[in-house]
Amino acid sequence: MIQFLSQPWPWYVAGPLIGLTVPTLLLLGNKAFGISSSLRHICAACVPANLDFFRYDWRKESWNLWFVGGIAVGGFIGNQLLTNPAVLTIAPATQIALQQLGVHDFSSGLLPLDLFGWADMTVGKALIFLVLGGFLVGFGTRYAGGCTSGHAIMGLSNLQWPSLIATLCFMAGGFAMTYLGLPLLMRLAGL
Amino acid sequence: MISEQNSKTSPTQQRSKPNWVFGLVGVVFGIVFVKAEIVSWFRIQEMFRLDSFHMYGVIGSAVFVGLLSVQLIRRFNIRTLQGDPVAIASKQFSQGQIWGGLLFGFGWAITGACPGPLFAQIGAGYTAVGITLLSALAGTWVYGATRKHLPH
Repeated sequence: MIQFLSQPWPWYVAGPLIGLTVPTLLLLGNKAFGISSSLRHICAACVPANLDFFRYDWRKESWNLWFVGGIAVGGFIGNQLLTNPAVLTIAPATQIALQQLGVHDFSSGLLPLDLFGWADMTVGKALIFLVLGGFLVGFGTRYAGGCTSGHAIMGLSNLQWPSLIATLCFMAGGFAMTYLGLPLLMRLAGL
Repeated sequence: MISEQNSKTSPTQQRSKPNWVFGLVGVVFGIVFVKAEIVSWFRIQEMFRLDSFHMYGVIGSAVFVGLLSVQLIRRFNIRTLQGDPVAIASKQFSQGQIWGGLLFGFGWAITGACPGPLFAQIGAGYTAVGITLLSALAGTWVYGATRKHLPH
């Protein structure tokens, strides 16, 4: 069983399980699936700064903070206890493209440690891959009113056309950054 | 058009399972995230480079199952465990879905993570991503501080 669980799970197992989160949260107490809201609740709890946007009773939404706390614990269990013994397989074309951009670590796990590990971290890499990237994720999801979970999965499940627009823009932004932005940013980061 | 974001914050007091139950759902969710490698920067790069079907299969089948579930709940008037009718707030269109959506897309391709995977990556042991999370909180805060001046 553990051996089975340790292998990478195929999309047709993971996707339906993620989809089932939608009815699970609804039936457990009318909660709408959405993760980026947790960032807003943390701001409201820690640095509301008298801004209207953060003046609400975040305690009523604390289930969402438990949910993301659980995701972190699940991340630990999934990577440390149910460790995949094999090296992550990466599509050859992606690996070649990334090598040309200066990425070298393809064997240590889910993320390349030459970009996201402490050992090889530089100020340039941290500013681009952690600070800039994180800021865009936090600012963009709130401006869009949701992220992949709230719009792409919850919104599309409920046939909301604004969520379709948001999802298409997520993808458009991702394609643009991958093909146009990353080559420049990787050079700026000194790769 | 900012009513949607306000309505989200003042939900009618609903009866619900205690918070720790949602923590448990999160644990299962986090395990799926890691084991299906959805939190991998490489998988997100494969997706945007159209080199693998994996992420499209994950998101597509998740939407399919979610859609089917919501339709079944509606069709059969399934109620919550507390006996309340299931209520889902509808999404209002705003320009934010375009501009914010594009900005998030940029960040998604850089970090290889949406907000959920950020938490999973940190739990998985990639502690430098803690800086990414702090910066995402800063981004959310700056949106809250500047939203009056942004097109909606």
